[in-house]
Amino acid sequence: MAHADVNSAASLRAKHAVALHRLAHARAGDKGDRLNLALFAYEPKHYETLVEAVTEERVLALFAHRGASRVRRYLMPGLAGMNLVIDDVLQGGVNGALNLDGHGKTLSYLLLGMSVTTEDDSL
Amino acid sequence: MTFLLGSGAGFSGDRTDAAIPVVRELMRRGQPAALIFETLGERTLAAAHRALRDDPSAGYEPLLEELLTPVLDDCLRHGIAILGNFGAANPDGACRVVAELVARTQRGGARIGRVHGDDIRARLSEIDLERWEAESRELPGEEALISANVYLGAEPLVEALALGAQVVVSGRVADPALFLAPLVHHFGWAWNDWDRLAAGMMAGHLGECGAQVTGGYFADPGCKEVPGLARVGYPIIEVEEDGSLVVTKPADTGGMVTERTVKEQLLYEVHDPANYLTPDVVVDLSAVRVEQIGPDRVAVRGIRGKPAPQRLKTTVCYEGGWQGEAEISYAGPNALARAQLAAEVLRERLTFRAPPELRTRLDIVGHASVFDSDAGDLQRSVPAAASGDYRLRLAAEHAERRWVERATQELLALYCAGPAGGGGVRRQFQRRVCTASYLVERSDVEAFAALFDTTLFETKMANERRVAHGAR
Repeated sequence: MAHADVNSAASLRAKHAVALHRLAHARAGDKGDRLNLALFAYEPKHYETLVEAVTEERVLALFAHRGASRVRRYLMPGLAGMNLVIDDVLQGGVNGALNLDGHGKTLSYLLLGMSVTTEDDSL
Repeated sequence: MTFLLGSGAGFSGDRTDAAIPVVRELMRRGQPAALIFETLGERTLAAAHRALRDDPSAGYEPLLEELLTPVLDDCLRHGIAILGNFGAANPDGACRVVAELVARTQRGGARIGRVHGDDIRARLSEIDLERWEAESRELPGEEALISANVYLGAEPLVEALALGAQVVVSGRVADPALFLAPLVHHFGWAWNDWDRLAAGMMAGHLGECGAQVTGGYFADPGCKEVPGLARVGYPIIEVEEDGSLVVTKPADTGGMVTERTVKEQLLYEVHDPANYLTPDVVVDLSAVRVEQIGPDRVAVRGIRGKPAPQRLKTTVCYEGGWQGEAEISYAGPNALARAQLAAEVLRERLTFRAPPELRTRLDIVGHASVFDSDAGDLQRSVPAAASGDYRLRLAAEHAERRWVERATQELLALYCAGPAGGGGVRRQFQRRVCTASYLVERSDVEAFAALFDTTLFETKMANERRVAHGAR
């Protein structure tokens, strides 16, 4: 019993990796060849984790294989979330793409698959 | 007094029974109200222009009659104004349908308002267009041009309501302007009252996609549960004179309105939240807050507005050649390798059976598809199970139909000449529409409203009744 207590206390402090999907929800929207991903923490206490983990650089890297050229991040602390705007990621957009999903609507879940580290042991 | 904005549809192809519970709720409340149908996307407008070219009586929302029939009589009887961009490429054609539907209700007619001025196709050459939204394409030549429509603001819609219109038919207007217009008409907001206009635009932004704010496009089992999705209620936005607003939905419907559902829709298709551009106001969402104030009731506060932009967005649609798709399934033991071999065979065949400028993409659905690049980076780098249920998909694009047909026919031929056990081939191809966005000077756009002359239809319907009576 004593051992278990020590272990759980240690794990509370230890950072571990989880998918963003565990602590946040998102929706994708498109205009032309530009995608926006609105991302929100389920719990406001996880907002800082999002700010730390979901940077413009990491998002650009996540979408690099699709030709993304630029990511701009707009923080929305009042909503415990952020808006990510990704340029040139839709392979021509709804009228130009050969992708099954020309709108890029499914891409909110590509973002939610991103790995983030958290100290929250409940996740 | 509170004004109620109900959403009857959020896109072309939306549920045609969605408006019924919304109208029932609006009648029950008995407050001033409007019902909005937003059915016009970039692609739908191009499709409508094509339909109009083939048939001068087409070119408006194909589901118009189905959308309006269940609610039109109730709305007319209870003074609920109907506004819709269901005119698409042919607002006159849509007005005719509405007039016929009204005549069928035997109410002896209704005032139908029609918005003019969004279609600038004929004037394109004389207008100074400035590139927008990182568009890199040149303006298409006259022969490739399908349509050019300006996103109008709420002013001509308000003009139609001021003329006493009970149904307002438009082509291209900014979607949320359909919601702002009845608010400006009802409350008498000034066109430079930026904070109120911004609140009204956001009421529209939240309502324009229908169920997307009431639990539609939201459910993720185990993470985000939504009750009664099959009967999700479409939104009703309650707006006060001071611009404060509450998102809710009809009683006895599925779905839900929570801070989370509202937040997801708040930033939907928004870029810089401090500068959300609309024709009537630049909306600043940087201080916006949402608060659950009751079951299925969320207040949205802190919306601010800035002066309207000088230029209006214009979408130009033009012919983009042909696009085709074909698919074949492989399942069971070693299915992935068989699907991959099929892709290799197809790729090799196309090098000598199609011209080099044919643009193609090959997905293996079940392994990597919608997330992937056109070049298939994820297919090469992401592992997948050897056995499973995979579907090879070819997409091809070319200026000429015959090469798209040829490419998809090569996939079809995998039936007999490809790897073992392929089945379930589907093929289709269609014309492709390309779009580009530009900005036009406000002064180049002449938008106005007029009442649609319905006398012709009243006479026609009266004659038909006489004929029917005589026949009996």
